Amino acid sequence: MSVLIYIDTAEGHIKKSSIEAICYGAKIAEQLGTTTEGVVLGAVNDDVAALGKYGVKKIHHTTGDAFSQFDAQVYTKAIAEVAATTGAKVIVFSNNISGKAIAPRLSARLKAGLVAGAVALPNTDNGFTVKKNVFSGKAFANVTVNTEVKIISLSPNAYQVVAGEGTAELVTANVAVTPGKVTVTNTSKASGDIVLTEAEIVVSAGRGMKGPENWGMIEDLAKTLHAATACSRPVADAHWRPHNEHVGQTGFAIAPNLYIAIGISGAIQHLAGVNRSKVIVVINKDPEAPFFKAADYGIVGDAFEVVPKLNEAIKKLKSTA
Amino acid sequence: MKILVCISKTPDTTAKIAFTDNNTKFDANGVQWIINPYDEWYSLVRAIELKEADASAAIHLVTVGGADAEPIIRKALALGGDEAIRVNADSSDSFYIASQIAEVAKQGSYDLIFTGKETIDYNGSSIGGMVAELLDLPYISLATKFELSGKKATVTREIEGGEEVNEAELPLVVSTQKGMAEARIPNMRGIMAARTKPLKAVEPVAAETLTSVAAFGLPPAKVGVKLVSPDNVDELVHLLHEEAKAI
Ligand SMILES: Cc1cc2nc3c(=O)[nH]c(=O)nc-3n(C[C@H](O)[C@H](O)[C@H](O)COP(=O)(O)OP(=O)(O)OC[C@H]3O[C@@H](n4cnc5c(N)ncnc54)[C@H](O)[C@@H]3O)c2cc1C
Repeated sequence: MSVLIYIDTAEGHIKKSSIEAICYGAKIAEQLGTTTEGVVLGAVNDDVAALGKYGVKKIHHTTGDAFSQFDAQVYTKAIAEVAATTGAKVIVFSNNISGKAIAPRLSARLKAGLVAGAVALPNTDNGFTVKKNVFSGKAFANVTVNTEVKIISLSPNAYQVVAGEGTAELVTANVAVTPGKVTVTNTSKASGDIVLTEAEIVVSAGRGMKGPENWGMIEDLAKTLHAATACSRPVADAHWRPHNEHVGQTGFAIAPNLYIAIGISGAIQHLAGVNRSKVIVVINKDPEAPFFKAADYGIVGDAFEVVPKLNEAIKKLKSTA
Repeated sequence: MKILVCISKTPDTTAKIAFTDNNTKFDANGVQWIINPYDEWYSLVRAIELKEADASAAIHLVTVGGADAEPIIRKALALGGDEAIRVNADSSDSFYIASQIAEVAKQGSYDLIFTGKETIDYNGSSIGGMVAELLDLPYISLATKFELSGKKATVTREIEGGEEVNEAELPLVVSTQKGMAEARIPNMRGIMAARTKPLKAVEPVAAETLTSVAAFGLPPAKVGVKLVSPDNVDELVHLLHEEAKAI
């Protein structure tokens, strides 16, 4: 019996969202009085054994190039095999892009109930119940898993990473490799940028910015804060900003520590994607903008004046800190 | 070519979210229902475009739901589906729903199955992956582009901070999102035609329910915004640093 964590990588690096999944899985193992094991597929440049400091005791690893490209079908079969050898009772994923592709497949393969997008530890007092967001963050549901093996995919930024001490034991995962049916022919990444869904701080702007030529101040502020940039839907629809910045009900759902909304009215569909942010700051010239009702801090003022001043004030703080 | 498009009924994006029966049921009172935006704007419209490029293609729609899902299905037919199948069952369990869709898919032997990236009510993002596993088909998730040349699909999908181009032979399951197509509205001719398009209700097959909702709840309301003067941004920085510990 064990808790098994799928440790996801991108270009040979362990994703931050997977470190959250490890910490979360280790805590569940502690709750259940069992051990924590991990599985990594494909070559990794990072020190895998060092993940032991997050609480994983043993990591099953394959280094062959069968996993050098992502194919949910191939990955699912391999993880299912590791789950069988470790007698996993709980299997944890991050609900990131790979998790969304693999966890449902594994759930159907093992007939193991899945809670997709968990935001808290399971309650095991009476059965096994996990809290997740529903209705695009406007509500939550406590979902009971009725099967012996349980699968949880953890929402990014929902669980605090805590590093302790320790090194994980590395073992070779002996998984039969089935040839995949999907071929990756090209990968493109906006290099150097902070990944929106993993960012601690997000600076977001809306139609109040008037046009794409005014985004310099938004990017400057984001740079000062080491933040990712985001935008409202009409801004992406008008091609002022790329689609991969669109947040909201029909864009990305994010949950950073700090969300700064500039010139965004705060329509219900926008809020649906950002309402899980821990702290929300709104800068809007209209005191009646609905966003203020969802905000923690606000400035009623003209973004074109406030944003550069705010950038300078933060720079000042950073230089004295 | 046969395309199966999964259609889900969801509350309108502005619907008030409330619960009844001791917080175990969604309060549907006064709620407007819509086609889940991902299913409509991306899956269905992309399928229609594929049919426009290849007149021999057929678009079938599937929904798992009660008779109250029929207006939604008619709207999807008005946009451009050829026929629809409603599996007469109500469930919040993704595996149960996926099992029903997989059964319909087996019966109709489809070349391509589209689902939206997620529904805006349960936000599971699970049906596509489950259906693919049940049918032992490849699955490409969170697709932003889909091109077809003969039996070969070229699909662009989202990855963290970028995108990836995948190639695969049909049959295939794809979950769709923004970028796939531009939303359309049904025209009068479509609405008239939809009235007589076949909409068949079938009974569900036996399938397990792996999860159930014990209770719903609403997040605590914000305590209220602290406003800072635009002439005093230093105060905001101070609050974010000292009080909120966010920077
Ligand atoms: C089904 C559906 C799904 C949707 N999904 C999404 C979604 O995922 N994400 C999303 O964002 N929207 C979504 N929308 C659209 C949403 O309803 C709003 O229309 C949209 O969020 C508004 O964008 P905005 O706030 O940038 O623009 P506006 O509503 O035009 O607001 C601009 C704001 O800027 C302020 N402003 C103007 N000038 C200045 C200035 N100089 N300084 C400071 N402030 C200024 C104004 O006071 C105003 O509040 C959806 C809509 C529907 C129907």
